[in-house]
Amino acid sequence: MDLLLIFLSAAIVNNFVLSYFLGICPFIGVSNKLTSAFSMGVATTFVLVLTAVVTWMINNLILLPAGLDYLQYVSFILVIASLVQFVEMFIKKTSQPLYRALGIYLPLITTNCAILGLALFMALRDYSMMESIFFGLGAGTGFTLALVIMAGIREELELADIPKPFRGVPITLITAGLLAMAFMGFSGLI
Amino acid sequence: MDTQFLIALATMGGLGFIFAGALAIADKKLRVEENPLIGDINDVLPGANCGGCGYAGCYDFACHAADKTAPSNGCPVGGTETALSIARLLGEEAGEVVRFLPRVLCRGGNVEAVKKYSTYHGPLTCSAMDLLSGGDKLCFYGCLSGGDCVTSCPFGAMVMGENGLPEVIESLCTGCGKCVKACPRYIIEMHPANRKVFVFCKSHDDPKTSKSVCSVSCMGCSICARKSDGSVVMDNNLAIIDYDTLDIEKIPFEKCTTKAIRMIELVEK
Repeated sequence: MDLLLIFLSAAIVNNFVLSYFLGICPFIGVSNKLTSAFSMGVATTFVLVLTAVVTWMINNLILLPAGLDYLQYVSFILVIASLVQFVEMFIKKTSQPLYRALGIYLPLITTNCAILGLALFMALRDYSMMESIFFGLGAGTGFTLALVIMAGIREELELADIPKPFRGVPITLITAGLLAMAFMGFSGLI
Repeated sequence: MDTQFLIALATMGGLGFIFAGALAIADKKLRVEENPLIGDINDVLPGANCGGCGYAGCYDFACHAADKTAPSNGCPVGGTETALSIARLLGEEAGEVVRFLPRVLCRGGNVEAVKKYSTYHGPLTCSAMDLLSGGDKLCFYGCLSGGDCVTSCPFGAMVMGENGLPEVIESLCTGCGKCVKACPRYIIEMHPANRKVFVFCKSHDDPKTSKSVCSVSCMGCSICARKSDGSVVMDNNLAIIDYDTLDIEKIPFEKCTTKAIRMIELVEK
C-alpha cells in the first residue's frame, strides 16, 4: 500500500514536472511531437529507475555509514552522468533501432534536473530500496504523462489561430501553467 | 579534521575510479563496429534531414547507401554532385539523377473558382479547412489556398501567388516532396522536371457540377481521350495522362474547352 501511495504521489499528485518544476527543459523542448515526447519519457523513466537503485546503494552503503552526506550532490551527479553514458552504450549495442529512436534525447537526460531531484528526495525522505524503485517509476510515469499531454495539446495548437504575440514559446508556457493548475486538482487525493 | 578530509577524498576518488573503470570496460565490451563509409557518406549529404529520399533522415540514408541497399543517386536534394561524391566513396559509377519538381495540379484560383455564399471563419490552414467545411470554394477537389505547402517547404521554394494558388520557385526547389505530403487534397504531385503536359484539375465531379464550380476544371467531356490514341484515359470524369505512352503531338490542346489539359509553360506565362 505504501509503495502504491509513493508511486501515485510521484506520478500524479507531486508530479515532478507540473508541481516541482523539475525537468522543464525537455518538457518545453521535446514536446513538439507526440512520438518523440513519448520516447523521451520512456528513456527518462528508464534512467530514473536505474538512478534510484544505484544512488540508493551509494547513499546507504557508502556515504551514510562514512558520515559523508555532504558529498551527496557531487557523487549523485557522478552516478547520473556515468549511468547515462553506460545506458547509451548498452542500448547502442543491443538495439540499434531503439538507439536511433532515442537519438539525442539520451545524452540530454544527463543534465535533466528531475534525475538529480529524485536522488536528493530519496536521500531526504530515507526511502528503502523498494520504495526508491517505486518512487523512480512513479516519477518517470509522471514525467512521461506530463510530456505526452503537453505534446498532444501542442499538436492541436499547431492548427489554432493564436494571436501573433503569443505564438511559439509564450503560448507553450501559458499552456504549461494551465496544465500545472489542472494537476493541482489532484492535491487532495492522498 | 584530517581523517575526515582523507575519507572524503578516498570515497570520491574511489567512486570516480570505479565508474571510470566500468565505463572503460563497457566501452571495450560494448563497442559497435560501424562501417566507416557511413560517416563519410553522411558528410557529403546536404544534412537537411528532409526525408525526400524516403529514409528517416540523412544518416539513415547514409547507412543504406553504405550497405548498397539505397542507390548512390537516391538523394534528390544533393543532385548530381552529391551522387558523384557518394559513388566515388563506394567505388562505383554514378547513375544520372533525374530532377523531380512538384507540380500544382489545380488552376482554380480566386478568379476561376466559384466561392460559396458563406465565408469560412476558422484556422487558415488547409488541413483545418479540409477537416471542417472545405474552405471558401465550392469545388471539393481544388486548392484551398491555405498555404500548408508554403509553410511545409523547408527551402522557401513555395510562395502563395496573388490568385490564391501556390507557385514553385524552381531554382530554390530541391524536390524533397514535403509539399506533396502537406496538401490534404493531393493536388501537388512530383514529376520529372522535363515533363511538360499535365491535366490541371483533380475534380471527379460530373460535367455539370464541374462547370458550375470552376471555369478551368476538367469536366470529363473526354474529347482528349478520344483524340489522343490512348495517351489520355478517363477515370470517373477526370482525364488522366498515361505518361508511358504519351505522344504530345496527338493531344488536342485546342479542343479542350476549359484548357484543363495543357503545357506547363502556358500556365507560367
